[in-house]
Amino acid sequence: MSAKTLTGAQILWESLVREGVTVVFGYPGGAILPSYDAMLDYPIRHVLVRHEQGATHMADGYARATGKVGVAIATSGPGATNMVTGIATAMMDSSPIVCITGQVGSALIGSDAFQETDITGITLPITKHNFLVTHADEIAHAIREAFAIAASGRPGPVLVDITKDAQLGTCTFDWEAAAPDLTALARPGHSSGVDPVPLINAAQRPVILAGRGVMLSGAEREVLELAEKARIPVAMTLLGIGGVPATHPLNLGMMGMHGEAWVNHAIQESDLLIALGMRFDDRVTGNLKTYAPNAKKIHVDIDPAEFNKNVTVDAAISGNVKDVVRTWLAQLTDPKREAWLDHIHELKGDSAVRDIQNLPDDGHLYAAHVINDIWHITEGKAIVVTDVGQHQMWEAQYYRHDQPRTLVTSGGLGTMGFALPAAIGAKMGRPDAEVWVVVGDGGFQMTLCELATLVQEELDVKIAVINNGYLGMVRQWQEFFYQRRYAATPISAPDFQKLGDAYGVWSATVTTRGELAGIVEKARKQRGALIDFRVEQEDSVYPMVPAGADLHKMIRRPSPIAETAAD
Amino acid sequence: MHTYAVYVDNKPGVLNRVASLFRRRGFNIESLTVGHTETDGISRMTIVVDTDERGARLVEANLYKLMPVRRVDNITRRPAISRDLAMIKVAAIGDGRTQVMQLADVYRARIVDVSPETLVIEATGTEEKIDSLVEMLRPYKIVEMVRTGRVVMARGSSMTPAKTDRQKRTGALEDAAAGSV
Ligand SMILES: Cc1ncc(C[n+]2csc(CCOP(=O)(O)OP(=O)(O)O)c2C)c(N)n1
Ligand SMILES: [Mg+2]
Repeated sequence: MSAKTLTGAQILWESLVREGVTVVFGYPGGAILPSYDAMLDYPIRHVLVRHEQGATHMADGYARATGKVGVAIATSGPGATNMVTGIATAMMDSSPIVCITGQVGSALIGSDAFQETDITGITLPITKHNFLVTHADEIAHAIREAFAIAASGRPGPVLVDITKDAQLGTCTFDWEAAAPDLTALARPGHSSGVDPVPLINAAQRPVILAGRGVMLSGAEREVLELAEKARIPVAMTLLGIGGVPATHPLNLGMMGMHGEAWVNHAIQESDLLIALGMRFDDRVTGNLKTYAPNAKKIHVDIDPAEFNKNVTVDAAISGNVKDVVRTWLAQLTDPKREAWLDHIHELKGDSAVRDIQNLPDDGHLYAAHVINDIWHITEGKAIVVTDVGQHQMWEAQYYRHDQPRTLVTSGGLGTMGFALPAAIGAKMGRPDAEVWVVVGDGGFQMTLCELATLVQEELDVKIAVINNGYLGMVRQWQEFFYQRRYAATPISAPDFQKLGDAYGVWSATVTTRGELAGIVEKARKQRGALIDFRVEQEDSVYPMVPAGADLHKMIRRPSPIAETAAD
Repeated sequence: MHTYAVYVDNKPGVLNRVASLFRRRGFNIESLTVGHTETDGISRMTIVVDTDERGARLVEANLYKLMPVRRVDNITRRPAISRDLAMIKVAAIGDGRTQVMQLADVYRARIVDVSPETLVIEATGTEEKIDSLVEMLRPYKIVEMVRTGRVVMARGSSMTPAKTDRQKRTGALEDAAAGSV
């Protein structure tokens, strides 16, 4: 391509278009104004958010639902600092986003100029990498590197801070010359320990622990093949959900703090854990001293910095899950694991007793019922974007995801306010999909301003507010561990139905299970809908492993309202 | 104690990135020195960290996650030359003055500045040697001291990476296939 002279602002958009970007989520302001002006000349859809945190969550939701890099854009100072929560959220869950911020003119840097903030300094520990760009001729290279870094290896957020004079300056635009230094991304991967394959072949009670890395590396088929061929049950991390179909007989379900009892027991009794693209977070291990005490451990991850960080392993293999597992498949020998699988089946108990569908309607509306019914009605095919709290755990327990990338949730950081904006991003990335938000009455109030974005962009997202009148998850901890002293957890809310109406979103309220299906069906026919589910207020998520407790020492549901026998 | 030679791009903020990593992961830096190498654009840090084997591997893996880091060599167990440089200003009058000069001589240190009340001694050597000299000088009253911290170079033919050179991933796959993981 022949080189042409462009402004820095034009180079920014020219580069984004060439990176395949079709949508950005942003909010304008002084320091980014030159770029907003140039934007009108490029084929990119801009989604105007109501708060820059929303822009980062949207980019994140877009990335999680599609696997592509999401882009957020904001001005300097407060615009940039408003992005911090979303960047940290993306960092913790290895989500590839590129955040572009305007910065004051380079001559003013360091002078405490109006809306100057050291955003590269602030975001240093919560980005994979960041750039401060002070010249127009550095922009193309920074953007290309940012995309390469965000998407490569273990994905993550990258921030590019561009001074106003760099946006206004001109230079020749040379795309080829701006190619990223990809060798910087090829890092030494050290593998250590013993050969994993004999460990797998020798194991009698193995369990696969499937994390988000399974989906990030596109290893769904390989992992399933490993499970089926070697007859190994699979436990999922919260972010691993969808990597192996929930309805597959070898899929045990979610592990950890709110994992079902049989899943955690299987892990504790196992003689081999095969950890694939997960990082032994404290929410899944419980007390490390008593974690799977008799199990050998194999750990496959693209990030060698995860090896032996929390759990000491016998074999650490650095690489993407897909490639590594594929090398194992041909070497697996005939497994005799029926005794182990039968044992786990016994731990599960009678599923007919457990199925909350079979429980009589006692007039109460339980959140678990709401989720389970939405699962049935949407035939398990929706992309569900959750917020953080009890409803999030019920979603993970009762919505059975068979497809990868259909559960979008903030796991590592646990960011309330994530759901609605992330769902807008997911819908932008997957316009064909039915997208549902499952959000608490607390978290919804953190970012509900994005309802206006939903309406302005004419997007079809359904919102299920699980309204229990409490910051439920915190209330639950107070109930269990603080003698029911409900400090600052009862929370009021506006009438969400009226609120939705005011924003121009079709809205309804559900108070009994009887009316649930009808209203959900009605909502599905609208473009965008909000349902206020007035659920049981003091319900708790069971089972629960108290923070730091042994994984097998779960608090069980005291009275039989739902899945009694087994949890 | 673990000692690393870390080769980094000489760009603004690199030291901050490295230091921030140690702070954020809770590793304690005993000493850190940084300077140019013979290759344009590449600086070399010598970092001494107080940690065990497991921590040492985590430090290395985490350093590699920083984009400007080109190579990390843990030279703790390698034959290496290790030096610390110190400038020590000592109060030295009367008899003390001759004694301090004799001590400097024994440690093969040099007197690089003289004033009626003080002497400045420049000493290079292993940290142990400098520590020992400092202890010997203490009774004469050290009024000011500066030390560089440890700089280390492996013996033998190891080299600074070239500007275009970055260590390539040692294919996990090949490792796995060879059964030598
Ligand atoms: C931004 C943020 N602040 C605080 C918390 C701590 N926190 C975790 S769950 C929770 C309660 C959430 O309440 P709600 O949104 O109503 O959901 P519920 O648990 O009731 O389903 C709180 C406050 C958090 N995760 N994120
Ligand atoms: Mg609530």
